[in-house]
Amino acid sequence: MDVLYKVLIEPFVFMGEAPDLLLQTLWEGLVSGVLYALIALGFVLIFKASGVFNFAQGIMVVFAALTLVGLYEKGVPALLALVLAGAVMLLLAFAVERIILRPLVNQPDIILFMATFGLTYLLIGLGELIFGGSPKEMITGALYLPQGTTELTLLGGPVRFQHLDIAAAIIASIIIAILAVFFSKTRIGRALRAVADSHKAALSVGISLNQIWVIVWFAAGIVALVAGIMWGARSGVSFSLQIIALKALPVLILGGFTSIPGAIIGGLIVGIGEKIGEFYWGPLLGGGIDTWLAYVIALLFLLYRPQGLFGERIIERI
Amino acid sequence: MLYREAGQFKSTYASDMVVFRLKEDRAGLAVIILMAYALAFMGSDFLLQAVLIPFLVFALAAIGLNLLTGYAGQLSLGTGAFMGVGAYACYKLMTAFPDINVIVWILVSGFFSAAVGTLFGLPSLRIKGFYLAVATLAAQFFLQWCFIRIPWLVNYNVSGALDAPLRTLFGVPVVGATATPQTRYIVVLTLVIVLTWVASNLVRGRIGRMWIAVRDMDLAAELMGIRLLQTKLLAFAVSSYYCGVAGALMVFLWYGGAEYDVFNINQSFFILFMVIIGGLGSLIGSFFGAALIFIMPILLGIVLPIMLAPFGIAIGAETIEHLRFMIVGALIIFFLIVEPHGLARLWQIGKQKLLVWPFPY
Repeated sequence: MDVLYKVLIEPFVFMGEAPDLLLQTLWEGLVSGVLYALIALGFVLIFKASGVFNFAQGIMVVFAALTLVGLYEKGVPALLALVLAGAVMLLLAFAVERIILRPLVNQPDIILFMATFGLTYLLIGLGELIFGGSPKEMITGALYLPQGTTELTLLGGPVRFQHLDIAAAIIASIIIAILAVFFSKTRIGRALRAVADSHKAALSVGISLNQIWVIVWFAAGIVALVAGIMWGARSGVSFSLQIIALKALPVLILGGFTSIPGAIIGGLIVGIGEKIGEFYWGPLLGGGIDTWLAYVIALLFLLYRPQGLFGERIIERI
Repeated sequence: MLYREAGQFKSTYASDMVVFRLKEDRAGLAVIILMAYALAFMGSDFLLQAVLIPFLVFALAAIGLNLLTGYAGQLSLGTGAFMGVGAYACYKLMTAFPDINVIVWILVSGFFSAAVGTLFGLPSLRIKGFYLAVATLAAQFFLQWCFIRIPWLVNYNVSGALDAPLRTLFGVPVVGATATPQTRYIVVLTLVIVLTWVASNLVRGRIGRMWIAVRDMDLAAELMGIRLLQTKLLAFAVSSYYCGVAGALMVFLWYGGAEYDVFNINQSFFILFMVIIGGLGSLIGSFFGAALIFIMPILLGIVLPIMLAPFGIAIGAETIEHLRFMIVGALIIFFLIVEPHGLARLWQIGKQKLLVWPFPY
């Protein structure tokens, strides 16, 4: 009974007693959820258009951020460095399309997945060769990202808001909104959705697959750059950052591989669930449960809906 | 010219069904096994300890994952954790019952891993493909967390690490600091050969065919009367058994002690990529994959400085490390483009060509 009380009742009592702490936890979960969603978005973009599960997304985040910081350290003004980092991602998109995707067209998914692992190795080596392996500081100041904190008294206690977190949430939301509009309203966006539906049908109405692939990889690169700036500002730019890409996996699964709104909602569920779980139930198990909680949340959702919350319904035929 | 099918007649059904149909193949295999044993006495300690033992261990783990992913079609990213279960189970058994031979415990520890694998294989009935990968990722992270948080697993060791107590086989130390690389290598080699033999018979028989049917289309397999739940869970169990044994071998016969960090997610990916690049659904591919992904970086580390030296490019160890990463990445992409079905397919094509060489018409 004691255990049941501790698991089922005490955390909620604690939540009710200290609503300001609950709010703080919720806010932190929200911010990390938005950032998870941003990384998951990079996966979704590529998966939708080319059916490739891009293992290299995590390293693309690191690589983009490293390029930005590296260029700035070489004396390039911050905003120009930002543009140049974008250009590097465009170059990468062209290279990936030409060297990896085109020769491997029509291969099984798992082979393309493997190819992106090769790309990961290549980018790790290249990034370390050019910029060195040591962790770097993100140039938050030069990019006009706000710093500092605001403390508000809400629900009877102080709740701390990092300005950077607010900015991250806003920027991520803007990016997501732009992408959503881009994919639903523009010509390229419609072409991309056609490709996602069926490669053959899209080809037959004159959509260039190669062009679409460059565009999505570029879009994923830009998303990676933004994610790199945001995560880099929170925890420094280093190669360990690619681990967060694995955190995007449950987000992705939760939302369904093919859905942009799914990625966002999945990100929020995982981000908030993880923080709440760690804060209220973590101590019962000795802490550190946020390493696997996200996966278990995703697993539970999956058992209920095997295609993810917003994924296309899986119809199986013989 | 020496490798010909002509003139080798099969007069019984049994001879028609053997694994190696050509006597050249059988002779080749015998030579390879003999050479592998001979290496124990001729190879240097570095070769045995840092190259061959890890290669065999990884090959065994890759075979385990190949049974699951290549034959039964269930994607798993929890290999590292299942290896860990084997290692920790072996440690507990070894220290609780020190009188029983360690080889027995290494083989038994696989069953614990199989049980855990079956448990985490349960969602596979409902979840498929990349979605299943997340279920196994949950296993990976949850089990790794258990390795850190449950001190009972390491007998309340202060360091929290696994150590290898001295254990002997016929009076010769096998596990522990005093065991020579030679004895370790021979033990690992023997176990890997036996387990590979078991696996090759498993996949050729009824069970293997059920797995392949489920992989190719589980719905159709179900309609044909194959019970999906049992088949998939059996695949998880057998695969985890192999991984568990590989994990136990890795800790006690290669590292001689390890921390939980050895069984992290990178290990899982590493083994998955060995399986894919070696060839899904091919046992020999697992060996090729392990060789490519594990031995190639070592070779590059040795070869690169020698190759660059004549150009007067003296480069630091760090740069070599980075170049190594880049070359390995480029080679993975290159091999996939040349032959997406893995090195095993290349091997097969090579053998086919050799059969008709030098007159291919």
